[in-house]
Amino acid sequence: MTAMPKLGGIWVFLAATPLLGLTITLLAYLIAQALYAKARFNPLANPVLIAVALLVTLLEVTGTPYATYFEGAQFVHFLLGPATVALALPLYRQWSKLRRAALPLIVGLIAGSLTAIASAVGVAALFGASHQTIASLAPKSATTPIAMAVAAKIGGIPSLTAVLVISTGVFGAVCARSILNALRVTEPEVRGFALGVASHGIGTARAFQISEEMGAFAGLGMGLNGVFTAFVVPIVLPVVAKWL
Amino acid sequence: MLRSLTTLLVFQCLGEGISYLFSLPVPGPVIGMLLLFAFVMLRPKVADAIEPTALELLRHLSLLFIPAGVGIMVSVDKIRGDALAVVVSLAVSTTLAIAVTALVTRALLRRQRRELAAQEDTP
Repeated sequence: MTAMPKLGGIWVFLAATPLLGLTITLLAYLIAQALYAKARFNPLANPVLIAVALLVTLLEVTGTPYATYFEGAQFVHFLLGPATVALALPLYRQWSKLRRAALPLIVGLIAGSLTAIASAVGVAALFGASHQTIASLAPKSATTPIAMAVAAKIGGIPSLTAVLVISTGVFGAVCARSILNALRVTEPEVRGFALGVASHGIGTARAFQISEEMGAFAGLGMGLNGVFTAFVVPIVLPVVAKWL
Repeated sequence: MLRSLTTLLVFQCLGEGISYLFSLPVPGPVIGMLLLFAFVMLRPKVADAIEPTALELLRHLSLLFIPAGVGIMVSVDKIRGDALAVVVSLAVSTTLAIAVTALVTRALLRRQRRELAAQEDTP
């Protein structure tokens, strides 16, 4: 009879330590990976999407606040930094290939990145979104740490930007195949690069799933767009905002 | 593995330091990536040593976005009035960005290849 409250007590006890947040993050990821493999790596079974859905459900059902969860999950979140540094390696391995394509890649980056920023800001403004929301949206195609820093600088909400960045990544990873097939883009380096520019690390993770070459071009696209967005959004947003 | 992880962290620290010192808009890890890239270009042996750990970390890149993604449970409140604007904006802008990047890059790559082929044809 007393087992039930005791069981609930264990959750409260464990949730108070970082252990639980960390453990459930890893478990949710492993479950999501298993489902992704079972779906034969169909982009619709995106592991980030599934894991986030599982965790949000679990936290809502148990009434655990996000801050408590993040106490433990921050150890995983922290690894985004070293993982960004690690992108130097695929970049180095594919360097001779990348260097030959330098000019097309850089022009493609500028066109794609400006499209991402301008269309995100334009559509949101058209729908009458607040300035704060627009500022949080503008850097959404850049990778998380960059986008959060940019949002803070231009009057957005960094924690909201983090979620928008991840949603962008998931959307790109899920839809890129259909978009690129519709345009009849078959070259793996172009497909990878477009994924990295438009949907950063989550797109890059998807590209690595397909091949290391595609992953390296995606990693390059993500890195270049991160740097480009960091410099351009703080300059472009005030100009676009004045137009609107 | 420990040595590789330390190398990555050292380069991240260097990047953070430079970003702070010159108050750059570019975050530390990105500068760290550029520094490590320059370093392995000069010392290719280091690349062989840290590659397994680096690739292992990148293989699980998806995992690292999960904690921030779960933040959706608190940020949903902040966009309540703008939810439709945000959803449409994300979908339209990401689709356009993928299409424009791919089409522009491919067009230029093809032109580059044609020019190279033309050069090879002319003696």
